[in-house]
Amino acid sequence: MSGMSRIVKTICSSIFPLVMIYGLYVIAHGHLTPGGGFQGGAIVASALAMILVAYGSVWTMGKIKEKNLSLLESLGALGFITLAFLGLIIVVDGASVFFNNFLVNTNFLFGIAPATGSTAANINTGGILPLMNFSVGLKVIAGLFVIILVMAYASNAKEAKK
Amino acid sequence: MSKRNIVAIVFFAIVAVLFIFSALMVHPFGNPDSKDMDEYIIDHTQEETGANNGVTGVVFDYRGFDTLGEATVLFTAVAGVIMIFRRVKK
Repeated sequence: MSGMSRIVKTICSSIFPLVMIYGLYVIAHGHLTPGGGFQGGAIVASALAMILVAYGSVWTMGKIKEKNLSLLESLGALGFITLAFLGLIIVVDGASVFFNNFLVNTNFLFGIAPATGSTAANINTGGILPLMNFSVGLKVIAGLFVIILVMAYASNAKEAKK
Repeated sequence: MSKRNIVAIVFFAIVAVLFIFSALMVHPFGNPDSKDMDEYIIDHTQEETGANNGVTGVVFDYRGFDTLGEATVLFTAVAGVIMIFRRVKK
């Protein structure tokens, strides 16, 4: 089974970039608009699942191995826990707490704090929140997609054996 | 009507009465019993976490430990699925 018809493949290929852009936007703007790492990661993973359904699991497994996806997922988890422990290591104003937001109010990367109340969105705010959104997004993308890919490949192999 | 149906109807009536009572006793919308924490988060999220989106401020900063647990759940699920469906080398 090598995927669906040419029409489905063409339409999925043309929709795929738009869905990817939308999901990555939701991840990158997690500290400004509704959404975040989990939600945007689910959107991107569903875009990848669409490609998987259209092109078949054997083709997709030839493009990307589940070992590499598992590595990406572990990298996301490692980034998340590293950021959490950096809050424990770096001392800000005499306090160092697990999950401390050490980047906010430093005018460094993502370090600007917005004024209280309804303000215009500035992407350069949020401290470690955008970085945590990125790592959680990477984790959710790789995690959800590797589950779908491995299950599809296993059922496909069972069909081929019969 | 069998005995089993009567038991089911009585049980359904009890559960329905409980649900209706709890729905009638809910406090009015937008007026919680204790609002200290809500107002603290609404007032201080933007200066303390720097996020305009208060929900992300709570999920990744005030309750980051909870998010760590969620990420661990996902990690465990993925590890289990890969372990079950791994290709056995012969």
